Amino acid sequence: MVSFTLNGRQVSVDATANTPLLWVIRDHVGLTGTKYGCGAGLCGACTVHLDGKAVRACQTQASEVANKSVITIEGLSPNSSHPLQKAWVALEVPQCGYCQSGQIMKAAELLASNPKPNREQIVAHMDGNICRCGTYHRIIAAVEQASREG
Amino acid sequence: MTIAIKGSQEGSQVSRRGVLAGLGGMTFCLAFGTDGARLFSEAQANAMANAQVTPWVRIAADGTITILSAGAEMGQGSMTNLPMIVAEEMDADWSKVAIEMAPADASVYGYMMNNNVRMMAIVGSRATMLYYNDLRIAGAQVRKVLLMNAAERWGVDAATLRTEPGVVINPANGQRLTYGEIAAFGKVPAQLPKVDAKELKARKDWRLIGKGVARRDTPLKVNGTATYGIDIKLPGMVYATTLHSPVHNSAPESWNDAEVKAMPGVVGTVRLPNGVAVVADRFEQALAASNALKVAWKKGAAAGFNSVEALTRDYEKIHHDPNTKSEPVHTAGDAKAAFAAAAKVHKAEFHSDYGYHAQMEPLNAVARFNDAGDKIEIWEGTQAPDLSRTAVAQALGFKEEQVTHHQCYLGGGFGRRNGGMEAVEAAQIARAVRRPVKLIWTRTEDLAQGRFRPQSFQCLEAATDASGKVTGWRHCVIGDGGNALLTGGMRIGYYGVPNQSLELRGISHGVQIKHWRAVAHVFNVFAIESFIDQMAVDANMDPIQFRFERMGATPKARACFETVARMCDWKAARPQGRAIGVSISERSGSLGAGVAEISVDRTSGKIKVHKVWVAVDGGTIVSPGPAKANIESAIIYGLSSVLHERVTLKDGAVEQTNFHDYSLMRMSDLPDEMHVQFVDVDTRPTGLGEIGNPFIAAAISNAFHRLTGKRLRHLPFTPERVLEALKA
Ligand code: FES
Ligand code: FES
Repeated sequence: MVSFTLNGRQVSVDATANTPLLWVIRDHVGLTGTKYGCGAGLCGACTVHLDGKAVRACQTQASEVANKSVITIEGLSPNSSHPLQKAWVALEVPQCGYCQSGQIMKAAELLASNPKPNREQIVAHMDGNICRCGTYHRIIAAVEQASREG
Repeated sequence: MTIAIKGSQEGSQVSRRGVLAGLGGMTFCLAFGTDGARLFSEAQANAMANAQVTPWVRIAADGTITILSAGAEMGQGSMTNLPMIVAEEMDADWSKVAIEMAPADASVYGYMMNNNVRMMAIVGSRATMLYYNDLRIAGAQVRKVLLMNAAERWGVDAATLRTEPGVVINPANGQRLTYGEIAAFGKVPAQLPKVDAKELKARKDWRLIGKGVARRDTPLKVNGTATYGIDIKLPGMVYATTLHSPVHNSAPESWNDAEVKAMPGVVGTVRLPNGVAVVADRFEQALAASNALKVAWKKGAAAGFNSVEALTRDYEKIHHDPNTKSEPVHTAGDAKAAFAAAAKVHKAEFHSDYGYHAQMEPLNAVARFNDAGDKIEIWEGTQAPDLSRTAVAQALGFKEEQVTHHQCYLGGGFGRRNGGMEAVEAAQIARAVRRPVKLIWTRTEDLAQGRFRPQSFQCLEAATDASGKVTGWRHCVIGDGGNALLTGGMRIGYYGVPNQSLELRGISHGVQIKHWRAVAHVFNVFAIESFIDQMAVDANMDPIQFRFERMGATPKARACFETVARMCDWKAARPQGRAIGVSISERSGSLGAGVAEISVDRTSGKIKVHKVWVAVDGGTIVSPGPAKANIESAIIYGLSSVLHERVTLKDGAVEQTNFHDYSLMRMSDLPDEMHVQFVDVDTRPTGLGEIGNPFIAAAISNAFHRLTGKRLRHLPFTPERVLEALKA
């Protein structure tokens, strides 16, 4: 049994200590916005925030989040109102969309610590998140727009 | 406004008669005849015994218009674009339009292929291109019915009325009736009015086509609510994952069944024709158990296959052996005579490796039988729900009516999500364990069991006459996969070479291969356009001028070249250490000429692409936003494959296992600039999902030659190959 805070709500699940947080969130709790892409820490599709820091849920064990706070895409904002989400819609960033929860969560970590990143800082921060549909240029533009308007 | 995509737990397929009987408002049904997909009235539909009849457009009294979409949504925007085409001709108020995914029934919802077969498979950039005309006619028919009803109520001639979005207006007295108001009293005549192509809206009157609307899936893709196949959860569902034979399509002989079954949460194991599935209460348990599997495999067809060795050794042998079987792909004029009379003969050879789709969502499917075991529901995101349904029915010995398919969003397609393989596996597993099952392939499985863009070897020869004009053309492609996977892009109809002989020589390895974004265009266009550049260099000519004067580029091709030359300021000097290259390709009726500006790190062998420009003739651009996004996406897909991606097989098995050794392009490799421009033409739309991809390889290799004097002849241009070329 592992207990932690998920999007501000206390949850307890009967997952074993070494169950990847990814499956805890997706299957045990049932929030499916966090995606499985590689299961090996190589793509970033599973990115969530653990006590404010972006982590890869596929590489994080359930025991590591005990009594901590996890935020997923569903908890980033009510009503998609985070400046990044608004910029993502305005610039029509998503194609298939499968990587985008991870992209947005990774970008949110950046803006939280560096509200006015330049292009190099955005690229360096986001480089671990793969987008197979090739929306990288729109992601950069959307982070820039959110940073201007956020 | 509601957006429904079937895929929720409750989402059940629209029951035909139920919908027809139960709805208020006006319902327009669609059925197909020999003259194409056509709308019918409800009365007419009900009168058609045994006909495939399904509601397509519904107008409710509150003004909501529900339009079904047959466009599998994998990021290209078709789910929104297809209903938008109907709405344009209806003159509907777009904000009142709700979209639902069409059921998996190609006989009703499919587009017409040349051979009179209907398909729903969204492949080959077909969606807009092949649905466009039918949907416009259907939309215009609905509008006519609305006008007829308003005219009757007002006692005037329908021809005197006009529409604005969602409203019929009588210009004589300013009277108005909204579509919803008409739906409340209106009748759909038993015989729907015919619409002649001449009655369709003129281009200048379009409000939606050519302007575009926001994609309906976008908001769901920024807050985690878009439902992909992998997100489906059913009551009582168990989880499955698989281990397939490392050498493709070998049967399992035996495995440590007792040991695996004793692991925590394991519900059972299931023998598949080419693998073993492990089923457990939780996915993490299924995964742990499948990692513990030790399987003895029967010998597979590809046993001992070494792709690197084969490509150089076997393929070249086939090329040089005059007795190997050759299939003509295309002939024109008399190539033999042209070569005999040539002032000069040019020659070049190229190689290309296997490529993997790497769609971000690994393959998966959910299956559930009814209690009696004689009906099954499938949930998955697929490019071809119709083929999936057929495949599941066949595998289970069912009739198609026993299979209900729920379309979900696709986490990338690119040619991989089509054919129903994973749906069939989920069905087989669900039947074996008698529980609803979610099957997820791991990334490693998805890669090891890839269906690859085939590797190929090509030889090209050209004959030039005394004036330097290319008069003869020979192109031989060698590889596995036949016509479907090897010959696309070989035809150079955008050039005017009079004498041509194109051929295919086959070889078979037993490795799974399949369509891939533009498939054969990738390696054929690379070879063709690199070869032409080589001849231009030999003739000491500007490469675009060479294509105009010596290759006889058609007016369409010239327009693309001229546009891209303007876009990139073709003659301008480039910064120190950089050079540009040009290339052109055709795909799905579209034509695209592109230029890449690159630099090379001569120590690491890494090519950096700084800028890309592409001019595309795609006919009428129905939805400019998604059209541009599609082309940008394909450019990056192309860049990734050209610079990074390589599948190799050793002892019959794929060597790469995940994104650390099958590397994809990352954000830091992004060009600084990408410019897409459409050449404005008024012809019917052609495919745009892949046109951004095939030109890029030759554009880069031609720039590389300009920069270094060396030629890259093997895809992908990995740093090792670049260093090797620089040394040569
Ligand atoms: S799924 Fe976690 S990094 Fe790829
Ligand atoms: S939008 Fe498809 S992988 Fe990023």
